[in-house]
Amino acid sequence: MAITPPQFLLHHDGDNVAVAMMDLEPGTLQGRSVKEGTESTAVLNHAIPLGHKFALTDLAEGDAIIKYGIKVGLASAAIKKGDYIHTHNMRSYRWEASRA
Amino acid sequence: MGYRRENGTMGIRNHVIILPLDDLSNAAAEAVAKVIPGTLALPHAFGRLQFGDDLQLTFDTLIGTGMNANVAAVVVIGIEPKWTQRVADGIAKTGKPVAAFSIEGKGDLQVIQEASRVAAMFLQDASGLVREEAEIGDMIMSIKCGESDTTSGLGSCPTTSQAVDRWVEAGGTVFFGETSELTGGEHLIADRCIDDACRNLFQETYDNYIKVIESTGANLLGSQPTQGNIAGGLTTIEEKALGNIAKTGSVPVVGVLKPAQAPDPKKKGLYFMDSSSAAAECVTLMAAGGAVIHLFPTGQGNVIGNPIIPVLKLTANIKTAKSMTEHMDLDVSGLLRYEYDLTKAGDMMMDVIYKTVNGRLCTAEVMGHREFTFTKLYISA
Repeated sequence: MAITPPQFLLHHDGDNVAVAMMDLEPGTLQGRSVKEGTESTAVLNHAIPLGHKFALTDLAEGDAIIKYGIKVGLASAAIKKGDYIHTHNMRSYRWEASRA
Repeated sequence: MGYRRENGTMGIRNHVIILPLDDLSNAAAEAVAKVIPGTLALPHAFGRLQFGDDLQLTFDTLIGTGMNANVAAVVVIGIEPKWTQRVADGIAKTGKPVAAFSIEGKGDLQVIQEASRVAAMFLQDASGLVREEAEIGDMIMSIKCGESDTTSGLGSCPTTSQAVDRWVEAGGTVFFGETSELTGGEHLIADRCIDDACRNLFQETYDNYIKVIESTGANLLGSQPTQGNIAGGLTTIEEKALGNIAKTGSVPVVGVLKPAQAPDPKKKGLYFMDSSSAAAECVTLMAAGGAVIHLFPTGQGNVIGNPIIPVLKLTANIKTAKSMTEHMDLDVSGLLRYEYDLTKAGDMMMDVIYKTVNGRLCTAEVMGHREFTFTKLYISA
């Protein structure tokens, strides 16, 4: 078991989005995947609160956002690796009308 | 330890309820509960001029609530005698004490007096019932999450999953629901259905619910996911759905229930109940289907309870665990700090469940949260 609490978690290796486990400032962060337990580092570009998400890869508008190893939405704008992801740049692919 | 009812079901609470048939009878029902403290009135907003499936669901909810094994005896009060008697007769099939009173031609005061005399007798008799050894196989647990955030899918829902698997493996029955909140992961549930009949019924139930939502063409952001979900970092229905599904364990889905429908008592296991994802509506339907205890994972902090079943709330969000302690039954935020593993979190959950089954009050009971909320399918006549 890790001794230091992870700053971010991703559900599965290969997810392109991670979740902040505490209120985070921009910088290099330590985290891990829940399923496989793989430890990793990631760079965060913006301050984000506990529970909010940031990109682990660059994403073009329309790219799938993957969490739990499954598509959970689409990028509604271009997203850079390390950028904050929420309703301003991500939308549902199932409920087309549901967007900010 | 629980209360064995006349029909063999096992309850973990021993409520004598004063059940209004309709909104007009709330005042008399609440008055009886004041005259006889220790009984519990269940006021609600509907019961008049409903028709068809919507009326049937109100009857099923009322009768199911009265039939619930956590209920020792029921006084039904309605404005007129026919529907009042219909609800009382439905509940009486369990063999438990039931009495019906109607207000027309008498007025509230006479009904309150007559009903209070019966309520007093029911309460005294119920207080003499003794708890006996209960087995998980005798009890139904329900699960539904609320004010979820990203910590739900990472911590509180996987912890609930542990309890679901252990409950079913011990021979028990579990309900999950929240039909719209499977969107984006409904295939995962379909894959877990035990046979084609179950799978087809699940898919049809899901599709029908979503058709209603999508036919509005509405922007659901703020409704589903809720504003609380969004504040907690959840962005889309698909993301929320996968967190929701993360609490359903790994056991197969053995059946699909209509709202408030009781399962086949001979077929134990995990059931899907068609239901709204609104917390109080969903828990009310599940209690009417026979659940005697509910697990409620939350992220941002929901405060819900139910009048007849304990609603245990757990969170993996450290901020919520600290700021809303009076509403939380279990803090599993340590899971996300890797202070313990999921098996240990499951052990912690089961410990709270056992204590609650044996009579310890959950936070919602202590705080007086008794949300009793009907699901309305369409307008009244």
